[in-house]
Amino acid sequence: MNILERYTAMEYGPAPESRSEADRWIAGRDFSQALFIDGKWKKSSSGKSFKVVEPSSGKTLAEVAEATAADVDAAVAAATRAAVKWKNAGGYERARVLYAIGRGMQRNARLFAVLESIDNGKPIRESRDIDVPLAVRHFIHHAGWAQRLDNQFPGYEAAGVVGQIIPWNFPLLMLAWKIAPALAAGCTVVLKPAEFTPLTSILFAEICERAGVPKGVVNIVQGGPEAGTAIVEHPDIAKIAFTGSSEVGKIIRRATAGTGKKLSLELGGKSAFMVFEDADLDSAVEGLVDGIWFNQGQVCCAGSRLLVQEGVADAFVEKVKTRMARLRIGDPLDKNTDIGPLVAPSQLERVTGLVAEGEKQGATCWQPECALPAQGYFYRPTLALGVAPANILAQEEVFGPVLATMTFRTTDEAVELANNTRYGLAASVWSESLNLALDVAPQLKAGVVWINGTNMFDAACGFGGYRESGFGREGGHEGMFEYLVASGKSRKKAPALPGPKPAETAALVEGPIDRTPKLFIGGKQVRPDGNYSSIVLDAKGRPAGEAGLGNRKDIRDAVAAARKCTAWPLATAYNRSQVLYFLAENLSVRADEFANRLSTLTGATAKAAAAEVERSIEWLFACGGMADKVEGRVHNPPARAVTLALNEPVGVMGIMAPTAEPLFGLVAPLGAALAMGNTVVAVPSETWPLLATDLYQVLETSDVPAGAVNIVTGRAAELSKVLAQHDDVDGLWCLADAETCRTAELESAGNLKRVWTSGGYAADWGKGDATLDALLRRAVEVKNVWVPYGD
Amino acid sequence: MNSKTQANLAAGGASLHALPRAEAHGRAMETVVRNPGMALDAGWLEAMRHVNRSALERRVQTLAKRRSIKNDNQAAWLLRSIALMDLTTLNSNDTPERVRRLCAKARNPLSAELREGLDLGDTVIRPAAVCVYHPFVATAVEALEGTGIHVAAVSTAFPHGLAPLRTRLEEIRMSVADGAGEIDVVIPRGLVLGQHWQELYDEVVQMREACGEAHLKVILGTGDLSTLRNVTLASMVAMMAGADFIKTSTGKESVNATLPVGLAMVRAIRAYRERTGYLIGFKPAGGISTAKSSLDWLVLMKEELGRRWLEPDLFRFGASSLLTDIERQLEHHISGRYSASYRHAMA
Repeated sequence: MNILERYTAMEYGPAPESRSEADRWIAGRDFSQALFIDGKWKKSSSGKSFKVVEPSSGKTLAEVAEATAADVDAAVAAATRAAVKWKNAGGYERARVLYAIGRGMQRNARLFAVLESIDNGKPIRESRDIDVPLAVRHFIHHAGWAQRLDNQFPGYEAAGVVGQIIPWNFPLLMLAWKIAPALAAGCTVVLKPAEFTPLTSILFAEICERAGVPKGVVNIVQGGPEAGTAIVEHPDIAKIAFTGSSEVGKIIRRATAGTGKKLSLELGGKSAFMVFEDADLDSAVEGLVDGIWFNQGQVCCAGSRLLVQEGVADAFVEKVKTRMARLRIGDPLDKNTDIGPLVAPSQLERVTGLVAEGEKQGATCWQPECALPAQGYFYRPTLALGVAPANILAQEEVFGPVLATMTFRTTDEAVELANNTRYGLAASVWSESLNLALDVAPQLKAGVVWINGTNMFDAACGFGGYRESGFGREGGHEGMFEYLVASGKSRKKAPALPGPKPAETAALVEGPIDRTPKLFIGGKQVRPDGNYSSIVLDAKGRPAGEAGLGNRKDIRDAVAAARKCTAWPLATAYNRSQVLYFLAENLSVRADEFANRLSTLTGATAKAAAAEVERSIEWLFACGGMADKVEGRVHNPPARAVTLALNEPVGVMGIMAPTAEPLFGLVAPLGAALAMGNTVVAVPSETWPLLATDLYQVLETSDVPAGAVNIVTGRAAELSKVLAQHDDVDGLWCLADAETCRTAELESAGNLKRVWTSGGYAADWGKGDATLDALLRRAVEVKNVWVPYGD
Repeated sequence: MNSKTQANLAAGGASLHALPRAEAHGRAMETVVRNPGMALDAGWLEAMRHVNRSALERRVQTLAKRRSIKNDNQAAWLLRSIALMDLTTLNSNDTPERVRRLCAKARNPLSAELREGLDLGDTVIRPAAVCVYHPFVATAVEALEGTGIHVAAVSTAFPHGLAPLRTRLEEIRMSVADGAGEIDVVIPRGLVLGQHWQELYDEVVQMREACGEAHLKVILGTGDLSTLRNVTLASMVAMMAGADFIKTSTGKESVNATLPVGLAMVRAIRAYRERTGYLIGFKPAGGISTAKSSLDWLVLMKEELGRRWLEPDLFRFGASSLLTDIERQLEHHISGRYSASYRHAMA
């Protein structure tokens, strides 16, 4: 075409980003020595390698050394050797290193971007304008946390050697999200990139060399499942951070159960994109482009479920179609490309299959008639209409450019549909009414909510999911805790407390009138479902009462009651505060009675028993005082927006109280959970449950709403497992022997509930991770609500 | 509208004479039927209130980065920028001689070397119009005789619009009488800020009547309107009242044509088209002085409204210094050497 013909046609034409520097970089590397261990470039101990393929052409880019378990071992050993020195290097030293990494990446930003697009297939605009700048931002942001760690996180220290496993959809960005906070916290790292996309991590390791990262502080092992498994199972790794599928996340949860490893999981999603009738529809369409057609839809927080209010649904869908027809699919290195290829043939197959299945299940799928390149793993943007909530396209994470559309009538229905998923990563809310948007945001089960926006990320703002989208946060203040542990954690093994041996007498020693301690469920005293009891002995071995033996059905009922209780989570913090104060007040009135019970049962001296009661009252008083003070933060992303990090209750929490300190051991976790608005199913000390059954009388007189606290007495190991397996339980605190704790973690994998265990150690209340503040922090989920503004 | 006028209008964009228009891929482009206007629809205005500034800003921030125009395409697009230009002089020290100089530049915007280097052959690429104050309309009409270049007059007490309606309307009639084919009117911004939609509508309807067959471009003075919502609503009222074009600014406000404002206006144009079927033109003006920024606007039009809006009957730049920068870029395209302004004939 000559210029005049182009003048008539007014087409964009190709605008290719040069790949020559990237090709030169690739040609100059010996990928058979691509394992970055202890500051050196190593071969695989097995000599094995894997092929890295360019998704837009199917051509092989490199043959990269594949790490074995032995290589991982070497990397962990190097990280372990480097750990103490790095932790003690001082905040300023670590900050300078993080800063140098960030600047080093910035100086090579275009090389990173081009390599990323070649390796992953994402459009160069995205790698250049989003992935790389954001990765740089993470290092520079975290330099500050590194330097001021001791001041900002008093009482916490580096977790140790961390193992990190990242996916292929944002290879460099996920690396940054993992490594920056870890280094800032003083941890050393063994990171495994995805097999599909190792290139930018290798360039990153070169930057680390130049930035003066001490040997062994950052180790990057390339490889597949063998290396991943070796990391997850390595005994010297203190913390695992994983981003990837929910399926693998659950495997990792199970594999780390009982090992004492810290764990954070950032998993899949099926995020709702909600368009209300008063939304700026044209802008919402653009939001959708950024939501589901960003990175070919291969985004864990992709807005893959469009929920649109009936009144504007037709108009909106028309707008979406018009916009889709303008999307350009093609070479990821063309600056005019909106959608590149999927990362691999397996993904193309998966997306194709899911769409076919969705159609079979009644969805109507629409695609624009755009040309596809002859080679490469391309898939057209797809709009699925008439998708019922039961359709596979509404339920399954597609991880491709496929949008499932549903309509809603009312705000309540919108929220219900949005929450009708096992996932809980993100959501977008489009409405010009901040009243509506700020009403909806807290009702969504999602770790990130974007109001009138989508896929906004920043190093200062936490990112992470609810439900089966995982747990833990990445970024910001909340993200730092994932790489920190409380200093001075108790290492006392939980004392074996078999309880007193039965004495000869069999007569109950209670007062003049017989008493039946019951379970306390939904605000009512109820008999156990199985109608069995177990004799509770006092310190001298005499029967002190018969406590109900709760079973799985009692747990079921208790969880249902806890779920049904909305009065407590929706109560104002001031209201909860007053109830907890009142609880302390009423316990105080009956302090002598509880002290007597304690000393009778446990044999504690009168003084010690009175002290435990007094500590319980004081703790409840503190919980009342803190109920309205554990506030969120307001993050400052570099945009005209505020990001509200809201502390929300975890939800329904199971509490396995320890055997020891049968009053305080129950009151301490219970008070903290209640203070933050959780509803609780508590299983009290198996040996001395009568303190708990006495306590429900105090609860009854203290304005605690029905269902906020449920008490099921019985056999701890059995009930703990039922709680762990219950998919409507959101969190579980288990203060028990090692095996019960391990089982709790193992069985929690079903719905990835948030679990905190004492790991078989005694709870050292008031110290380490058992301070009131630590408990309160664990009793909340942080939800980041992005609110861009401007009129 | 009488049937003769209607037939005239159906034949081409402008009422006086049609502007040259491309045929894309051999297909004739959709004809612009002149917008007859409609009754003021308050309900529709209410529905158009939902304009989210930060989302619009994000859209335009990434828009220019999502599309890149290189090499021969870039040269072609820059030629397009010239053809879409209202070459403008609106200064208090304008004189007939200055206007004649501008017209000479409009007649002959590209040097022979550039035309040759771009292989334009006999094709003449010129600005669509020259835009002047009323006293210079006759001068410009004479100077542009036979070129097909329109003469646009800014009118109605430009740039503030704060003269009596009677004199403002008379000003339009006088410019039309002097031969202006296009009238760029300003609205009193206070009518928007006070939400006096009926009054604004009535004024624009009368301005349209005063224009007769001359095309009406309604300048909103967006820099004075405070919110994008106001920009959208004022756009809608202007179109309902029969505007042929809506235009951002006079060039005299402290903030001129910005991409977010442009996006709000082109979305309003899209909404009007979807509802009524009429195609309304858009003219950003003020502050567009670099070749690169002109490409950003063309991308905005192509992405939001489509190829049809890259023709002079539906899109114009109001610009005075843009042409020189485009000449420099075109010279660079041909020679590979960066050019200097003084190498190109001034207006």
